[in-house]
Amino acid sequence: MTNTLGRPDLDVIAGWIQPGESVLDLGCGEGALLRILRQGRGARCWGVEIDPANVLAAIANGVNVIQCDLEGGLTGFEDGAFDHVVLSRTLQTVRHTQGILAEMLRVGREAVVSFPNFAYWKNRMAVMAGRMPVSEDLPYQWFDTPNVRFFTIDDFESLCSQMGLVVRERMVLDDKGKLIEEEQNFLGSLAVYRLKR
Amino acid sequence: MTNSGGVGRVESKRARFETPLSLRCGATLPAYELVYETYGTLNAAKSNAILVCHALSGHHHVAGHYADAPDNIGWWDNIIGPGRPLDTDRFFIVGVNNLGGCHGSTGPSSTNPASGKPWGADFPLVAVIDWVHAQARLADLLGIESWAAVVGGSLGGMQALRWAITYPQRVRHSLVIAAAPRLSAQNIAFNDVARQAILSDPDFHGGHYYEHGTAPKRGLRLARMLGHITYLSDDQMGEKFGRELRNGAFSFGYGVEFEIESYLRYQGDKFAGYFDANTYLLMTKALDYFDPAREDAGDLRATMGRTRAGFLVVSFTTDWRFSPARSKEIVHALLANGRDVSYAEIDLNSGHDSFLMADPHYHGIIAAYLRNVKI
Repeated sequence: MTNTLGRPDLDVIAGWIQPGESVLDLGCGEGALLRILRQGRGARCWGVEIDPANVLAAIANGVNVIQCDLEGGLTGFEDGAFDHVVLSRTLQTVRHTQGILAEMLRVGREAVVSFPNFAYWKNRMAVMAGRMPVSEDLPYQWFDTPNVRFFTIDDFESLCSQMGLVVRERMVLDDKGKLIEEEQNFLGSLAVYRLKR
Repeated sequence: MTNSGGVGRVESKRARFETPLSLRCGATLPAYELVYETYGTLNAAKSNAILVCHALSGHHHVAGHYADAPDNIGWWDNIIGPGRPLDTDRFFIVGVNNLGGCHGSTGPSSTNPASGKPWGADFPLVAVIDWVHAQARLADLLGIESWAAVVGGSLGGMQALRWAITYPQRVRHSLVIAAAPRLSAQNIAFNDVARQAILSDPDFHGGHYYEHGTAPKRGLRLARMLGHITYLSDDQMGEKFGRELRNGAFSFGYGVEFEIESYLRYQGDKFAGYFDANTYLLMTKALDYFDPAREDAGDLRATMGRTRAGFLVVSFTTDWRFSPARSKEIVHALLANGRDVSYAEIDLNSGHDSFLMADPHYHGIIAAYLRNVKI
């Protein structure tokens, strides 16, 4: 697997997008994923971003970006408008977790979600040592983090089943971007999911 | 006032069109003239042209200054010039005074060939689509098959939108700033109060005031004062004027006491001194009638399905005349059609007038978008 901008989850996501499909990337940042999807996969792409500097950077990167606050849901976006709605490394920063997942599957046929796994063994070690983890996938100090929700792979799947969401595919990576097949909730640092209703 | 870094000295040009123009209202203009200005150089492929559309009180003098009037700087000079967002090193910029205007293009104060007298109230009500058709003829004259971009704020943004709908093959990008897909009842209400101020002025003479050697300046002044309130934000007005008194104490009369009164009266007087009341009436009606989705029984999504351009839609947080929600209507109608669209909501405190401000982030957004426009 090629490593793109140090974001191996983006390569996983790109592999799930077919040419010509439409993608909405929530919290698209500077539009790195959208550029890959458009140029590498021939997808039709839009991003949603709240931070003005990121909106500017995304426009400079030549990708479609809609400035909008995800906490307000996806009001105005039509039902089933996109083939894929992506939320990459952002779910842990959103307060209305269930709301955003439901909205993703309202406007998209499929939701693609990646998030840092709090139960990754190195994170467990940090907590065992008495400190909150700071790592490649959880790069913030506790007092200065955009993250407001801390959860594990098992937690997430439990929520999916509670919400009646179907896991179509799951890829788990360690902090070097290597695929993890076994003991994913222990050995995996980052999880990437394809969900449908 | 100097103008360093801009386009420098400019000249206005005049084009005459002898082919009759059928108007939205059913009337036909047998012939007309448009005054316009251009900045930068049209490339050999004629692929680098940007049309800048003006709003209610704007005109063709968008940037630069005249040799004989160095203080008369274009109304959107801060965004146009070498290295500025509308970069004249790369683009050929065209500004035009719309039909019905009072800055040189054919309008109510021009001579009606049928009577030999000024058109006055007999000048037909022109709509946004008529302006776009007239601008298209100017594009033909300049040899511009398709605009790299059509750009406008407020009523100008509505023209940029209308261009993309009516001439989808002739607009590659549309920059719709501080606009709306149609006016709300409140917007129309403000416009009508402004019109009533003019229409009820004894100097209006049914719109034929030119023959009486007068003008409904009191009405126009009131109209502008009212309009000006809607261009600013409450916060900005509070910060700028608050409850400041000119003389520090109440004088218990109806003269100018509060600073805001002084400001509005000054703005009203200034405007009434140079703008034509018939043009003001006509421009506000063009705003009220603007509703391209009317062609699709109100379905804006269907209307935007006819566009082919890439879009940049920009709104301002404190703009309550055309609020961000109105811009989002345009954005979502485009998204529903899978069109290329970006949307920026700029946090500026100048209300509707924010679109004219030289804010670095706002200008950065416009510059970044236009840098990716292929020419």
